[in-house]
Amino acid sequence: MNARPPKETRDPVLRKKARHLPPGLRSRSMHAMSARAAQGRFALQVCADCGTATYPPREACPQCWGTLDWQDQPNGAQVLCETTVRVSTDLYFRDHLPWKMGKVALDAGPVALVHLHRSLRPDDRAVIRCMLDRGGNAALFALPLHTSGDIDMTDPQLREFVVPIKGKTVLVSDARSAIGLAVVKAMHDAGAALVVAGMAPPDRPLGDGAQILSLDGVQQMPLDISDQTSVSEALSKVGGPLDIVINTARHVRSGGVSAHGNLVEQRRAFDISAMGLSRLAQAAGPMLAGRSHGAFVDLISSDALSGSASHAGFAAAEAARLALLQSFRHEMRGAGVRVMSVFTGPVEDEHFQSVPPPKVAPRRIAGAIVDALTQGREQTCVGDIAQDAMDRWLEDPALYAREKNL
Amino acid sequence: MTATIEKPKADRGALAEMVAQLASGDIRVVDLTNILSSDFPVIVLPSEFGQCEPFRMETVSRYDGNGPAWYWNNISMNEHTGTHFDAPAHWITGRDIANGTVDAIPPEDFIHPAIVIDISDEAAADEDFIVTRAFLEDWEAKNGRIEPRHWIALRSNWSRRVGTLSYLNLKDDGAHSPGPDADAMRFLVNERDCVGLAVETVGTDAGQASLFDEPLPAHSILHGAGRYGLQCLTNLDQLPIRGSVIVASPLKIKGGSGSPLRVIALVPAAAD
Repeated sequence: MNARPPKETRDPVLRKKARHLPPGLRSRSMHAMSARAAQGRFALQVCADCGTATYPPREACPQCWGTLDWQDQPNGAQVLCETTVRVSTDLYFRDHLPWKMGKVALDAGPVALVHLHRSLRPDDRAVIRCMLDRGGNAALFALPLHTSGDIDMTDPQLREFVVPIKGKTVLVSDARSAIGLAVVKAMHDAGAALVVAGMAPPDRPLGDGAQILSLDGVQQMPLDISDQTSVSEALSKVGGPLDIVINTARHVRSGGVSAHGNLVEQRRAFDISAMGLSRLAQAAGPMLAGRSHGAFVDLISSDALSGSASHAGFAAAEAARLALLQSFRHEMRGAGVRVMSVFTGPVEDEHFQSVPPPKVAPRRIAGAIVDALTQGREQTCVGDIAQDAMDRWLEDPALYAREKNL
Repeated sequence: MTATIEKPKADRGALAEMVAQLASGDIRVVDLTNILSSDFPVIVLPSEFGQCEPFRMETVSRYDGNGPAWYWNNISMNEHTGTHFDAPAHWITGRDIANGTVDAIPPEDFIHPAIVIDISDEAAADEDFIVTRAFLEDWEAKNGRIEPRHWIALRSNWSRRVGTLSYLNLKDDGAHSPGPDADAMRFLVNERDCVGLAVETVGTDAGQASLFDEPLPAHSILHGAGRYGLQCLTNLDQLPIRGSVIVASPLKIKGGSGSPLRVIALVPAAAD
């Protein structure tokens, strides 16, 4: 095992660096592109009449005034030319100069002005990603073709579009659960300088988790997300700045509403999923806002989209959590903090023993969280169930809710 | 405190005598209550059962925009959170006891003398120490017969573990803490007519009492006979074996099975 990456340091007397956001005004069509970028999709508008793909987003086809529909596109491109912006009056870009841009010929058709990875040169083949900038708006970013799997994450421009984990301080809200433990391990392996592992009561011996929780760079912290006092105390004890919060806390219980409904369990589900998110967000939001790459990742059940006849209270609490997360995302956008959702279906853990496969392994969820951060993807579905739920919900929400609860 | 145990010696009334002794310090007030906080452990049942909610407090206002001149909190908890009182209706054996819920218990029962039985050495040596009838008879041989209508307070020093893993003492096979067996409970209830059992642990029963031949005997026998329980007490080490009076008045919750409460003991200073 290598030594832990050092924590980021700065001169304590220096005036805090003010953080700015890229210009935020966008057309309604551009917001539609951002909504797709949030899901990690590279989609362009294609004319229903003449079949031409267009960029940037518009209200009608520039060739024939036909109706435009969003369609996923091949992500290849050829770099045509490059330029480096060295002067800008915009506060955000002034902070990040020099800034490399270029024109690329998209395999999808249009020529686009894009942000350019520093290793790209004219005539290079490139991969285009539609990513969200610090203000939450879609932007095209050209990356080198990578065969090895690893992109150069030290490119300062690219770092503005993703959430680096190396050297950062991460809080995991419920490290007693199988999911939480896997996330602690994944964050540690991804190079986080400090992983604060929230330990919910009742206190008891750690069992299988002891090995992970005693890793170098992992710190156990009493944290009960259903208790405002506990959340404030835990965050006040995080040594130094906090960069990333990963909320894995949930209360999974089966049961209906009028049939086999258990009000105590339903209330507890709301207290952890919904109110817990609010407690954590209230306490952690201001801490994340001051950071260069602040992020809040929330694990949500795909049942939040449709409700669930078999897990009614849990699904309702997760739906409330999703609604709160949307508001929280809006609040944090102004501070450049990314609020990310990772949707999952049933998990291969003690809570879904009576649900047949396919189920998602906790380790896979942890991997998806690392991936979401390092790709800067706002919304991720992990596993077939969650992906299928999202696809069907996007296609026809009313039909999906009906089918899900037949 | 002599007033309710013996006849008052002075010609002033018993109550005036007591107040005078409280004022003079001849009667000391000992707080037997743990602080009610969100991190005070609550009993943990096997996961197939519903669980006890811990104490929660959320601030409504604290001299701020939500209430500029006043400070107050919303609180929530289970009836059996923190230092608490068990009413007979808490247990199935006590479901038909008249006046078995906290709102109906006669208020006279909130004040009773106590007999303190020290099991701290035994509990230190064996965290699953069981108080048996033989142990109690042996105790009586040394300390005299247990008088009727007393709280039986088991001083285990368990309160010193509050704030550590060893208070609930959860292990792979459940909780481990001292408590009585069924014969001891029948002896205390039927033959010594106790008012109730007062303990420092999170429940009147031992941690492993669900595995006894007669499971959970303290709850079952106490409440079946209309007696009470007091749990999560502290400072029992400040009470004499005899002579103290426990004041324990639960909240008047309609149909309530128990209640968090402030428990105090009146202790004759001379007993120190």
